[in-house]
Amino acid sequence: MLGFVVRRLALLVPILLGLSVLLFLWVRALPGGPAEALLGERATPEAVERVKKLYGLDRPWYEQYLTWVGNVFRGDLGVSSRTQHPVVEELLRTFPATVELALTAMIFAVGVGVPVGYLAARRHGTWLDHLSVAGSLFGITIPVFFLGYMLKFAFAEKLGILPTDGRQDPLLDAEHPTGFYVLDGLVTGNPEALGDALAHLVLPGVALGTIPLAIVVRITRASVLDVLHEDYVRTAEAKGLAPATIRGRHVLRNALLPVVTIIGLQVGLLLGGAVLTETVFAFPGFGKFMADSIVARDYAVLQGFILFTAVIFVLVNLLVDVAYGLIDPRVRAA
Amino acid sequence: MVFRQRGRADVRAVDGVSFSVSPGETVGLVGESGCGKSVTSLAIMGLLPKRGVRVEGSVAFDGTELLALPPDKLRALRGRELAVVFQDPMTSLNPVVPIGTQVTEVLTRHRGLSNGEARREAADLLRRVGIPDPSRRLREYPHQLSGGMRQRALIATALACRPRLLIADEPTTALDVTIQAQILELLRTLVAESGTALILITHDLGVVAGMCDTVHVMYSGRIVERAPRHDLFRDPRHPYTGGLLASVPRLDQPRGARLEPIKGSPRDTIPWATGCAFAPRCPNRIEACTPEAPELVGERHALRCVNPLRSAPEAKVVPR
Ligand SMILES: Nc1ncnc2c1ncn2[C@@H]1O[C@H](COP(=O)(O)OP(=O)(O)OP(=O)(O)O)[C@@H](O)[C@H]1O
Ligand code: SF4
Ligand SMILES: [Mg+2]
Repeated sequence: MLGFVVRRLALLVPILLGLSVLLFLWVRALPGGPAEALLGERATPEAVERVKKLYGLDRPWYEQYLTWVGNVFRGDLGVSSRTQHPVVEELLRTFPATVELALTAMIFAVGVGVPVGYLAARRHGTWLDHLSVAGSLFGITIPVFFLGYMLKFAFAEKLGILPTDGRQDPLLDAEHPTGFYVLDGLVTGNPEALGDALAHLVLPGVALGTIPLAIVVRITRASVLDVLHEDYVRTAEAKGLAPATIRGRHVLRNALLPVVTIIGLQVGLLLGGAVLTETVFAFPGFGKFMADSIVARDYAVLQGFILFTAVIFVLVNLLVDVAYGLIDPRVRAA
Repeated sequence: MVFRQRGRADVRAVDGVSFSVSPGETVGLVGESGCGKSVTSLAIMGLLPKRGVRVEGSVAFDGTELLALPPDKLRALRGRELAVVFQDPMTSLNPVVPIGTQVTEVLTRHRGLSNGEARREAADLLRRVGIPDPSRRLREYPHQLSGGMRQRALIATALACRPRLLIADEPTTALDVTIQAQILELLRTLVAESGTALILITHDLGVVAGMCDTVHVMYSGRIVERAPRHDLFRDPRHPYTGGLLASVPRLDQPRGARLEPIKGSPRDTIPWATGCAFAPRCPNRIEACTPEAPELVGERHALRCVNPLRSAPEAKVVPR
């Protein structure tokens, strides 16, 4: 298992090198550039040249690339041309927000999806099953921003039980040593800040988690249906085991294997940022920041963020494979 | 103990199958593939799917009607008093759970053993079914075991609580001859010492000859002949039984020479609705065989045939 992890991590090096070159060329292939975006439409060519020189954009791309790679190895991702803050700082500010949001969405999706999918399979062909199938179809097709606005309208504006936007009430006195607000609330022993951070995650988490929820319901249902027909479940029944043992040890343990894969894939996707959800709830996360950076042609931010996303994606997948191996001994052996 | 059951799968019926097993008795159930042997055993255990299958009749265990038993009461019996060894060892074990857990879970559930006690007991059970190095095997997963080894692990699990009724569905097909003999010996001991009632489902007439007190021959979902073992082997009366005995491998005859499969699928038609289901293959067929299906008649040696065999074919079956 350890060897497997090391091999996978070693594989990360060529992947990241290749990706970084492509990435570098891609941002420069976007029409316009940071100078044009900063100075606006009516900038004189001289002004544009001056700004380009300032950021070193007048040099050939491979020179720029080598400088950048050198800096990356030293932990320096450059400075944002849009906000004038170091990219690393922006990353540390926005990424924890996105992690919290993504985890909330996945906890919602898995926490609701697995039981619903399981029950639907167990009550195969009943109204509950049909409802789950229809519901998951609905969940996949409903536009996220529409759902987001509806949730916000109902629970934040009409009922007023949840906050409308942001990550924390600005009037609240809270410290943020880690940037993960829920964690911050815990480590600073500030229950008020903790509750507030959690409350701010509910609506965007539900909005973002709806599609993964629908997917988890469908996969779980199909998978449980398959497993229920397996001979080893019949063996378990023949042993007269308690229903809870049969459900957990013999049905779900097998049925959740494909679900684990899907969860990993979805977490990877969600960590790449959720532009629509973050926009609707003015949630200062990774996705919204990236979207703004594309508009501003903020090369340093785009390069740094996308590279970081790639690392995260590979790590999440590695984690999924490890988890899979822990559940399924046949994979461990292979 | 009396078993009378009448199961009906939605596609093809097991019909009027009725038999009883007493403590310490071994009853054989033989018949070709698809005739309903496994379905019968599932019906006894109450393991047929709830929907699409109708089970009618009666399964009486020690005076308790199993078909009318609430699910939790039935669960308490299954695995402890009633046990079954399923046919397919490759798919009957859970691939993601260690063998040890799959054996010990019956012990902790039904006999209230602690985990440590259950593990020691499980190792002992594995040793008794002939699995070497049992404590290592307990930690392993099904894919690390050979088919024969899995079969034995399943048998060990079924024997764990010394059941009063054991249904063994082709328990020795996946095993080589020495292990087969060992398992049969183990089953014989269990029957003799614990007074377990054994229902042995098999294709192997050698196994039947060596193990069973009474033999039920099934064809197409019904019992066509039932007799004490000696009577059946000495004097098979049903043409199908005669064919079975004659098709036991012999040097002077190719295997299964007298029992060619019926052309076309027998599942297309409803068997027994238009007379004897064996009629298309029967050498003794007469007019009276259709359209009325014959009844099972006789006490000691019961028969479902209007024109039975008269003389015994020269078949010599070596008991195992
Ligand atoms: N769930 C089910 N739904 C419909 N038909 C079924 C079902 N299970 C079994 N059958 C049918 O019942 C019949 C009897 O099957 P069964 O498994 O009992 O045969 P068998 O005598 O055990 O054969 P084998 O020797 O191959 O194990 C078969 O024709 C099969 O098609
Ligand atoms: S009833 Fe007729 S067809 Fe059926 S086994 Fe007897 S002789 Fe053959
Ligand atoms: Mg069978």
